[in-house]
Amino acid sequence: MAEPSAADAVIETRGLSKRYRGGQLAVDGLDLTVPRGSVFGFLGPNGSGKTTTIRMLLGLIDATDGSAHMLGEPMPQAGKHVLPRVGALIEGPALYGFLSGRDNLNRYDAADPVADPRTRRARVDAALERVGLSAAAGKKAKAYSLGMKQRLGIAAALLQPRELLVLDEPTNGLDPQGMREIRSLVRALAEDGTTVFLSSHLLDEIEQVCSHTAVMNHGRLVTQGTVAEISALGHAGRSRLTVTTPDGSDAVRVLKEHGVTDLTAEESPDGEVVTGELPVHGLPEAESPGPDLAGLNASLVRSGVRVRAFGVTKVSLEDVFVALTGEGFDVAR
Amino acid sequence: MSHADLVGRDGPDGTRTAVPVPASAAQAGRERRRQWPLFRSELLTTFRRWRTLALLGVLAVVPVLVGIAVRIETAGGGSAGGDGGGGPAFISQITNNGLFLVFTSLAATLPFFLPMTVGVIAGDSVAGEANAGTLRYLLVAPAGRTRLLLVKFGSVMVFCLAATLVVAAFALATGALLFPVGEVTLLSGTTVPFSEGLLRALAIALAVAVSLTGLAALGLFISTLTNSGIAAMAATVGLLLMVQIVDTVPQLHAAHPYLFPHYWLSFADLLRDPVYWDELLKNLGLQGLYTAVFGSAAWARFTTRDITA
Ligand SMILES: Nc1ncnc2c1ncn2[C@@H]1O[C@H](COP(=O)(O)OP(=O)(O)O)[C@@H](O)[C@H]1O
Ligand SMILES: [Mg+2]
Repeated sequence: MAEPSAADAVIETRGLSKRYRGGQLAVDGLDLTVPRGSVFGFLGPNGSGKTTTIRMLLGLIDATDGSAHMLGEPMPQAGKHVLPRVGALIEGPALYGFLSGRDNLNRYDAADPVADPRTRRARVDAALERVGLSAAAGKKAKAYSLGMKQRLGIAAALLQPRELLVLDEPTNGLDPQGMREIRSLVRALAEDGTTVFLSSHLLDEIEQVCSHTAVMNHGRLVTQGTVAEISALGHAGRSRLTVTTPDGSDAVRVLKEHGVTDLTAEESPDGEVVTGELPVHGLPEAESPGPDLAGLNASLVRSGVRVRAFGVTKVSLEDVFVALTGEGFDVAR
Repeated sequence: MSHADLVGRDGPDGTRTAVPVPASAAQAGRERRRQWPLFRSELLTTFRRWRTLALLGVLAVVPVLVGIAVRIETAGGGSAGGDGGGGPAFISQITNNGLFLVFTSLAATLPFFLPMTVGVIAGDSVAGEANAGTLRYLLVAPAGRTRLLLVKFGSVMVFCLAATLVVAAFALATGALLFPVGEVTLLSGTTVPFSEGLLRALAIALAVAVSLTGLAALGLFISTLTNSGIAAMAATVGLLLMVQIVDTVPQLHAAHPYLFPHYWLSFADLLRDPVYWDELLKNLGLQGLYTAVFGSAAWARFTTRDITA
């Protein structure tokens, strides 16, 4: 069996597979490496095997094949030593509705054999504070909104200082405001130096929050790397420029002079829609000085091109996913 | 690869924490201290539920109702069951001595009421947590599968004792309020002071609680089989009813000594002088056997099971 290669990998799996009793191969030969200190986005459409992988990592279910190491130790065998150093949110929060938020945390803390009961009060208070639930701590958990439940679930993962946080779709079912809150919480936790393993079926979430990502489809790993590397896979790192104008042929000529390639023009009710790829050093457009988009637009206007709309579409992970699998992201199942 | 490894401390291999002999006492102390917080939390969680309190409330009402019924019936001068007719054991003695309401109430609730409440609590113990999803969080805490199962069994046992004591305590209070109390005439004809009668009542309550352990282990095992608390409760209670019926069918008498409720009413033998131990001990052995068999089965199932709920 392969030794865990990188000493600084907090999660390392080799050929990890799971076939459920129904005969379904939910995870198929997964080789995953999560570097310490990363915010690792585990991306895949619904049913691609993310939760199954997490259950195996945490020792909730047995792998049918392969091996998994967490924090350098084999799972599930070393769970007793490893799990106290790992905080987890799996498939959404689960709470005792008849207990207050604080008592829910007391209960989960009591279940941890290495947690010191003498410091429980302080640690529970700190966790509640961290997720912004101090004021609602005395309310029964069944009266919590979904966002509050989600935050209480994260608080349970924060009862001890953790080396790794495993968060399975922590924004699932939340409204945009709730999503923002959870995402900024995740970012803040990562800034404290905790490695975060975040699963999601939302591409923009991974792009917003994560440094690294692995993409799953049908139980298999499609690719893994830094988010920048993966984005670059899609269209060699270029963004597409879109110009809507009644003067299509002039626009194509001017853009070509400015180094835009792969130009196409299509008729539309608004006139012609001209698209093309920006020169590669133009990315990311917000940060690099690169071919100045305002200048490009000015050149078009100076050449008499009447511009109705002008914009840049960034390559998304969805494009990458489609490029790599030949499938739409949402329909994969 | 077995989940038992996850809680290797408790596992049958015992390899991980096989400690040198001199350290074992200290080790055992530390282990015990680590069990306590979870056990305490389990008790708090169980006894703070509305459902638990409602079950205990129903059990408390039974002796009060029996007491009042006997009181009303005998108010006209007659003596309840004085003709030696039906009704639960000891009911005819209540008017002479309120303490007998304790024995009557235990005899009346033991066949169904008491064990049904135990079936509900035991059946729900693991399956209910799986149903709510809280089980996965306890396990990644990590509670340890063997440790969690032991704690669950312990808390069901505490419930058995609490349920029995609730019946006994309310019966004693009602009996003392509605009827005279005093010296107790035992089944063997001997008369003992009220204080000894009280002690024997306590011993009977303990014997009844112990009688319920086999069912508790059975319920716990069923509870590890499913993710539905309701299904586990219904199955446990259903099985109880079935076994109780089988126990009354004469044609099946060969099986009777192996049915867990068969010696339940042996607690009455504690009211003899000298105490007639034969069936009491048989009951104890039978409960021990059921606990061993279904406790092991629950452990084997729970430590290897995929937790996907
Ligand atoms: N308990 C289970 N029993 C049988 N099949 C399951 C079970 N849980 C998940 N699956 C199947 O395994 C596949 C992966 O599911 P899951 O890991 O939950 O995906 P994700 O978390 O990425 O949405 C799906 O096809 C799902 O239907
Ligand atoms: Mg999932």
